[in-house]
Amino acid sequence: MIEHVVSISLENVVGETAKMKVEGYRFVTLSCVEIDETTVDILYHFDKDFQLKHLRLTVPKDSPVPSISPVYFAAFLVENEIQDLFGIRFQGLAIDYDRTLYLEEEVKQTPFCKYVVIKTKPPL
Amino acid sequence: MSKTIIPFGPQHPVLPEPVHLKLTLEDEVITEAIPAFGFVHRGLEKLAEIRDFHQMIYVVERICGICSMIHAMCYCQGIEEMMGIDVPPRARFLRVIWSELHRIHSHLLWLGLFADSFGFESLFMQCWKIREKILDIDEATTGNRIIISVCVIGGMRKDISPEHINWILSELKDVEREIKRLETTIMTDYTVMKRTVGKGVLTGKQAYELGLVGPTLRASGIAQDMRMLGYAAFNEINFEPVVETDGDCYARCKVRFRETLQSIDLIRQAIAKLPDGELAVKVKGRPEGEIISRVEQPRGEVFYYIKANGKKNLERLRVRTPTFANVPALLAMLPGMWLSDVPVIVLSIDPCISCTER
Repeated sequence: MIEHVVSISLENVVGETAKMKVEGYRFVTLSCVEIDETTVDILYHFDKDFQLKHLRLTVPKDSPVPSISPVYFAAFLVENEIQDLFGIRFQGLAIDYDRTLYLEEEVKQTPFCKYVVIKTKPPL
Repeated sequence: MSKTIIPFGPQHPVLPEPVHLKLTLEDEVITEAIPAFGFVHRGLEKLAEIRDFHQMIYVVERICGICSMIHAMCYCQGIEEMMGIDVPPRARFLRVIWSELHRIHSHLLWLGLFADSFGFESLFMQCWKIREKILDIDEATTGNRIIISVCVIGGMRKDISPEHINWILSELKDVEREIKRLETTIMTDYTVMKRTVGKGVLTGKQAYELGLVGPTLRASGIAQDMRMLGYAAFNEINFEPVVETDGDCYARCKVRFRETLQSIDLIRQAIAKLPDGELAVKVKGRPEGEIISRVEQPRGEVFYYIKANGKKNLERLRVRTPTFANVPALLAMLPGMWLSDVPVIVLSIDPCISCTER
């Protein structure tokens, strides 16, 4: 089972991530898990001296998430991946592929969602 | 000065795999590099939701051919930990042997491709010639050269016979001698030095902050290797990560070259301590819960997040492959370099695009 998991909210995603960086954690990756028709879990994984620490963010699918790429630049790639596959939008991405990292521009579906979600426009 | 934008790839002379780099140049010097993917995305993670968790071993092996066994080992370790399965000691040592054989042939493949990236074709052929011996060992012991399919949940499906062990040890002696013959060329040859020293430099701080893994990170002076976690039987053999400090393409080349020789030593240690006993335990029940499994692939740390709910298929399988973590390095290394250095720098992270896209 996963240890060292801290629940966070949309308001403190960037703050908590910045705290991890100050504490000397290396960014590992993000994992997005669909919970039900409307909600996803986003797990932020960090590592320091071979010890993993995780932040768990539970958010509605249609709610944009602040990008952590201004803090950990490397996160831009996985955030773009989640944008493509799950349709979750990230705001403030260091490089935004606008859902074309893997997909073609005309694709509106979110291929990794069990429950069909069609995204047409990014939220404002 | 006016800017020029050059599309580098997706088909290009460096890699047989498709990746596109949008290079912005001022004169011959790169000012920005933006990668683009999506040419070989297969959605393998999604298959976990419809395939039996035992069948997924074959799927994860096909994420990357070159480190297929290590993908399978990482996945099996995760499921075993979730289900509380104790893998027999013999199986744990066999995992070390086959995973290190994979590391040797992956590094030799890379050394060859790296030499080819700066036009040193005879070195390319020498490296690949040596690699054939490792593939012969894989073929003789498992029946397959690359995707060897030996890991199962609970242990291993194949054993190595005493006759094979003697033959492997004698073949490794030849492999070691032939690799050492290349040492002078790889470490001191004018062409190699000219094209690699001082190219694509990353400091330790930069490499760590970019979240890099594997030889790319260790070449910048950070001693991080997942084998230090002691998975399989790595806690029972002597292991020290190979570290270089210069952080350039030459240092990354040296790390991989030294790791090739180190892997031969690790195989010898594992063979010397290989215990008798059963190969696998019977698996009953189905996995439930969340788990993270990490192992060291030839290219670096691979990260598996597995979520299961007691059904025959998994709820979520997430794989973060080492190249995915190393791509941001390119964005930091390429600006300021000459266009002619791009193939060498791109190759220096040992990119695997089918891993990256899964």
